[in-house]
Amino acid sequence: MKIILHVWRQKDRNAEGKLVRYECPNVSEHMSFLEMLDVLNEDLTAKGDDPVAFEHDCREGICGCCGFVINGVAHGPMPGTTVCQLHMRHFKDGDELYLEPWRAMAFPVLKDLMVDRSAFDRIIAAGGYVSVSTGAPPDGNALPVPKSDAERAMDAAQCIGCGACVAACPNASASLFTSAKVSHLGLLPQGQPERHERALGMVRQMAIEGFGACGNIGECEAVCPKRISIENIARMHRDFLCAAFAERPHVETGGAG
Amino acid sequence: MNLDSRIPSGPIEKKWDNCRFDMKLVNPANKRKYTVIVVGTGLAGGSAAATLGELGYNVLCFSHQDSPRRAHSIAAQGGINAAKNYQNDGDSIYRLFYDTVKGGDFRAREANVYRLAQISVNIIDQCVAQGVPFAREYGGMLANRSFGGAQVSRTFYARGQTGQQLLLGAYQALERQIQAGSVKMFPRREMLDLIVIDGVARGVVTRDMVTGRFEATVADAVVLGTGGYGNIFYLSTNARNSNATAIWRAYKRGAAFGNPCFTQIHPTCIPVSGEYQSKLTLMSESLRNDGRIWVPLRKGDTRPPAQIPEAERDYYLERRYPSFGNLVPRDVASRNAKMVCDEGRGVGPSGFGVYLDFAGSINRLGADTIRERYGNLFEMYERITGEDPYSLPMRIYPAVHYTMGGLWVDYRLQSTIPGLFVIGEANFSDHGANRLGASALMQGLADGYFVLPYTIGDYLASSKLEKLDASHAAARQGLDGAGELTRKLLGIKGKRSVDSFHKELGKYMWEYCGMARNAKGLEHAQGKIAELRDEFWKNVNVTGGGEEINQALERAGRVADFLELGELMCLDALQRRESCGGHFREEWQTPEGEAQRDDENFSHAAAWLHQGPGKTPERLVEPLAFEYVHPSQRSYK
Amino acid sequence: MSVGSAAPSAAGARSADTSKLLSFYHSPVGKKAVMAITGLIGAGFVIAHMLGNLQVFLGPAVMNAYGMKLHESPPLLYGARTVLLIALALHIVAAVQLSRMNAQARPKGYAKWTPAGSSYASRTMRVSGPLLALFIIYHLLHFTSGVAHPNFHYQDALHRVPAPYENVVAGFSNPVVSLVYIAAMIVLMLHIHHGAWSLFQSLGLNHPRYTPALRSLARAASYALLTGNCAIPLAVLAGVVK
Repeated sequence: MKIILHVWRQKDRNAEGKLVRYECPNVSEHMSFLEMLDVLNEDLTAKGDDPVAFEHDCREGICGCCGFVINGVAHGPMPGTTVCQLHMRHFKDGDELYLEPWRAMAFPVLKDLMVDRSAFDRIIAAGGYVSVSTGAPPDGNALPVPKSDAERAMDAAQCIGCGACVAACPNASASLFTSAKVSHLGLLPQGQPERHERALGMVRQMAIEGFGACGNIGECEAVCPKRISIENIARMHRDFLCAAFAERPHVETGGAG
Repeated sequence: MNLDSRIPSGPIEKKWDNCRFDMKLVNPANKRKYTVIVVGTGLAGGSAAATLGELGYNVLCFSHQDSPRRAHSIAAQGGINAAKNYQNDGDSIYRLFYDTVKGGDFRAREANVYRLAQISVNIIDQCVAQGVPFAREYGGMLANRSFGGAQVSRTFYARGQTGQQLLLGAYQALERQIQAGSVKMFPRREMLDLIVIDGVARGVVTRDMVTGRFEATVADAVVLGTGGYGNIFYLSTNARNSNATAIWRAYKRGAAFGNPCFTQIHPTCIPVSGEYQSKLTLMSESLRNDGRIWVPLRKGDTRPPAQIPEAERDYYLERRYPSFGNLVPRDVASRNAKMVCDEGRGVGPSGFGVYLDFAGSINRLGADTIRERYGNLFEMYERITGEDPYSLPMRIYPAVHYTMGGLWVDYRLQSTIPGLFVIGEANFSDHGANRLGASALMQGLADGYFVLPYTIGDYLASSKLEKLDASHAAARQGLDGAGELTRKLLGIKGKRSVDSFHKELGKYMWEYCGMARNAKGLEHAQGKIAELRDEFWKNVNVTGGGEEINQALERAGRVADFLELGELMCLDALQRRESCGGHFREEWQTPEGEAQRDDENFSHAAAWLHQGPGKTPERLVEPLAFEYVHPSQRSYK
Repeated sequence: MSVGSAAPSAAGARSADTSKLLSFYHSPVGKKAVMAITGLIGAGFVIAHMLGNLQVFLGPAVMNAYGMKLHESPPLLYGARTVLLIALALHIVAAVQLSRMNAQARPKGYAKWTPAGSSYASRTMRVSGPLLALFIIYHLLHFTSGVAHPNFHYQDALHRVPAPYENVVAGFSNPVVSLVYIAAMIVLMLHIHHGAWSLFQSLGLNHPRYTPALRSLARAASYALLTGNCAIPLAVLAGVVK
């Protein structure tokens, strides 16, 4: 089948970009979306043109590298699917598709469909961990974890950090991403000691990075390839609000003699 | 040059303790004065960088990804082994050690494997403490499953995303150190050269993949955790950007390459659908616990699977290996799949596929139980093939998955270049000729969390390292070399794309250096690869410039290295005149078609030392002694 | 040991300054909590206000007595008005600040954007909010102060207690005014449709067992407000209330 693409082309971070029209004449329904772009890039290379830059790595929906907006929907029309796992059998001959990069102040475009998502790393660095150094932790079974808690933690922990939630949110909010980590660790006993600090730190960092506020509209969970629920966002709000009111003034305690 | 494996003295269960006691320590106050470069942020590199940072070293961590969390460890599905014996089914450190040595077909170093089994227990505890959401029983205890090739339930898992969760644990620990300032992270940097000064590894040359700038960074030690080289086959289960460039360039600087021909073909992948195919997708082999593998009894039977009666199905693994059945090790399962397909009994449009059937399990356990165990894998299968595995049997075929070979390291994970440490899949150490399921995650984390942080301390404490800066002649030479290579690639402006070379190389590798190898084929492949390499340097078309994001240029450098590595793999396969584990030479097989080892002549690891461009590398030998597990013909009957 | 001058610079220069005392309102989550609580006050008020206004169907005596009663207890009336005004002001200030932040977060929009899972009401909060603010000003000038009412009646001219029944009938007899009110109630319905559920989410209350019920309740409240409030001008226009 034939697919017509309008792809956002932008040379680098500072350049002006524009949509450029390409035709993909021989698309097989068994191809993945990225394989179609591979073929387009081979054609462009043969013509001496610059191939379209897009991020991708595992191509099985887990690394979180890939992702762009297809006709206004992050990761395209199939729910729970990253673009690398989106197969062309879901499109039809003659379809005209607009491919645009994630758009957010906190995700500057690097080239074409590639954006800089390092803001996500800094949000994790602001508290998305359990402060336990490598050493001799207690036995893995020392703290029983109710199966349902472990399952819910896993539901949240599945986040692949692709950024689709930010891309889909009209406010470019990173609430779903941030809340997934807050929930994952907040649901486990190991995450309790730093639960409040974590929520405060990560929420603050989210604002510092320039992400918008959550409007509870639910676009993020609709496009999330891992179907992470906005229930997590409520949990993050709850942890943040409890923490904000519970935070005690910092008191210096005496050191060892 | 002699290979000194530095295996500690004493009985096997004391070796690691003895080693740790013998090692010198770095005074805590002095640790921050030492700079360590870690390249790669997967399970091995990420856990090593985090732990070194926690210990107080000044760590500089490089990754070609945009974030440490994207490393390909994230795609590991099935699980991680540990000799916890939580299930009270007779597991022990010794049994895990025994199974791993035997599973590797007696081509791994006993002392390393024993240490791996010892440490496996700590890994689980460490990961649980980090908040890794492992599967739990209703009582809140950790759940286990049995996994390919094991008769005990010792595999810990987080749905079908164990690698992801373990990596995120290491990533979070790493981000914590980045925040604390002990680790500096340099994302989107590709390592292009190793800086060796007076025979000692002192730094790396990298390219900033956004600006194209070359950077030389010097340090007191360099750690490579850059993963395997399975992408040499073009089609593999590796991520598209996984590459051998870091270890290959280190090899060219003098690090010996151990057992390059030991590659693993994973039996349960989704079959190829067309020429445009860019990668193969693995379905966790945990599926083999509940799925039964079969092909039609008759050649050319094209009936839909449901219409083939039980009597006309051949459950060939259950038939040939009654005690292990569908759970035979990966190499055995893969080879058998190839065998039945070569007999013309393969299924699916290409004829290269076998059925993995869940109908029996769904009847026995109910669809909900199967969904709970494998839901995400079933979904992934359906997404890719458009077929519903709850109603139709899956079609699977083997694909390249893991490389047991890698840079040769001693017991302390140091390569033949002092100061260069290699961890995880990038080294050759623990799996021998075949890796058991759920052991890769174990090895990566054992190396990164619990082995390297000790052994590197001993190196730093016992070496006299001059102070250097990046203006050193060797660093400048490295920068110039990397720049020169890039200009050369950009300047060829030929007719063929990088991918077309890669695809062609992959076909030779798969055909002649894949699941079954023979002398004639390997020699043929060597010639073909050399021709292809010549053509590459004359006719490759790398578009764009060097001072910008240029994905074609990145791939070109990697393919250039694969074109050299491929030849070495064929050479190693040719020289290893025996069959063992994943290395199956058709000339050496038992009457039943199993791998026939030659312990008299090949009970050793081969390590190849680069001799300069165009010269045949030197084959060094590390003899392997089996004092505890006596080599026997592996039998899974 | 030193790192050479050619060494690259570290990523992640920006970081949260955790040493500073928490400024709750500074955070977008804090602002959203303020919007949620003030929104809850607003939603509670519009429902009570509607129930009060529906007394118009019980005739002038009941309606005017209700108005008189409110004016007889100034602490109640002015207390309520103060709370409402503060809530409204906070709601608007937070909304403006959040909107500005959100606009900065997405400086360049998409050439094509297709909603994948949000309601129309939720996407238009930024429009329905300002429209309601304008309506509130008009409504206060119209029925509270009478400035915008061409024929404003008092039941106690000395104490300036308005006669709500007469004012409502007179006001809504003008079809244009009625139309404005009906349009405003549609906007209110949209705002409450999302807001009355969203406020719980902002306050961190979401549970798979109760949230669907809360969402239904929010929808029901928004439809009830639309029906109840529009019944009044329609009844006046239809001559049922005169």
